[in-house]
Amino acid sequence: MNVKLRVWRQAGPDTPGKFVEYEATGLNPNMSFLEMLDEVNEDITKRGEEPISFDHDCREGICGMCSCVINGEAHGPEYKVATCQTYMRSFQDGETITVEPFRAKAFPLIKDLIVNRSAFDRVIQAGGFISTSAGSAPDGNAIPVPKQDADAAMDAAACIGCGACVAACKNASAMLFVSAKVSHLNLLPQGKPEKDKRVLAMVQQMDAEGFGACTVTGSCEAVCPKGISLNFIAKMNRDYFGALLRAPSKAKAAHAD
Amino acid sequence: MSPLLRLAKSSLGKKYLMAFTGFGLFGFVVMHMLGNLQVFLGPDAINKYAHFLKSTPELLWGARLGLLAMVTVHFCVGIALAIENMQARDQEYAVKRAVKATLASRTMVVSGLIVLSFIIYHLAHYTLLTIHPEYRNLHDDLGRHDVYRMIVLGFSSPSVVSFYVISVGLLCFHLSHGIGAMFQSLGLKNEAYVERIDCLAKIVAVGLFIGYISIPLAVQIGMVK
Repeated sequence: MNVKLRVWRQAGPDTPGKFVEYEATGLNPNMSFLEMLDEVNEDITKRGEEPISFDHDCREGICGMCSCVINGEAHGPEYKVATCQTYMRSFQDGETITVEPFRAKAFPLIKDLIVNRSAFDRVIQAGGFISTSAGSAPDGNAIPVPKQDADAAMDAAACIGCGACVAACKNASAMLFVSAKVSHLNLLPQGKPEKDKRVLAMVQQMDAEGFGACTVTGSCEAVCPKGISLNFIAKMNRDYFGALLRAPSKAKAAHAD
Repeated sequence: MSPLLRLAKSSLGKKYLMAFTGFGLFGFVVMHMLGNLQVFLGPDAINKYAHFLKSTPELLWGARLGLLAMVTVHFCVGIALAIENMQARDQEYAVKRAVKATLASRTMVVSGLIVLSFIIYHLAHYTLLTIHPEYRNLHDDLGRHDVYRMIVLGFSSPSVVSFYVISVGLLCFHLSHGIGAMFQSLGLKNEAYVERIDCLAKIVAVGLFIGYISIPLAVQIGMVK
């Protein structure tokens, strides 16, 4: 199959970018979108031009490195997959495909289709961890965890931090990512002691990074390759509310110590 | 940071403020409709109700000031959020696709601002009476302000009715998303309730629309005269 690509090319953060058209010919419909880009890059390289820069790593949908907004949809037209698991058979023969980087002020562009998603790392550093002494693994049932909580925590922990939620949101909001990361720890007994501190700090960092607020459009949930639910955002709203109410008495108790 | 400061400064806190004030204003919209529907019970019922409200200034002014405060907070915080949300994406996509997002959810600012302009007109029309000062002289047999006659006169103009229907339509469109989003922002949704809440939000919005427009339409077709 053949497709025409309109790819965003930008040499660096401070240089102006533009769309450049490429012909991708003789494609196997079962190629992934990234393999198609590899083929196009081969041709570009042979012509002595600069190949298209794009992020990728595991190419099996678990690392969260690949990005791209394809025809206006983060990770392309397929449901619950990343760009690496989007196949050319999802497109029409002869179609013009527009490929853009994730657009958000908090994700500054590095080159072509690559954006800097370190803002997510800084949100995690603000509270997405458990302060406990590392030692040998505890006995399997030493800490009781209800099955439902374990399942919900696992669903939240499935977030691969790709940033598609931010890319798809009309407000470039990171609520789905942050709520998944807050919830997977807040739901478990190991995460409970720092529950309030965690949600306050991570939300504060999220706001400081310049992400927008949540309008509950549901676009994030729809494009998420791991199907993270909007209900985690509701849970984070709930956790934050509780943390706000409890903060003064905790601060007072800490002061008394 | 103190909790109050967080409430005002954080994105989640601002959404709480939107949800709280939105809930209060939604409550008013429901009560106002129930009050208005008394027009179908005849002139005595609605004139008595209006007289009751006007003769208890403690209640009336309490409600008015409360509403004014809620509208002000809802408007100011909404604008602040809209600006922050716009700034969060400095370069737009060439191909824009609203995946899953409903039209109502994407146009909350626009529908909200149009509804605000309607509220100002509506207050000038029926409360301040600046558009028709002669309404002030309408009195029924018991000497009460004849609200019933004022409604009939006001809604006898087809252009007023069409503006009213469009505005109430936009208000209900705003609420069809807003009621559900209010529960989400306050964390009052989970897997068990999410579908029921979203469905109920739409039913309530349609119910409010029918309730409100039934009055001008009844005047137009001569059912209320």
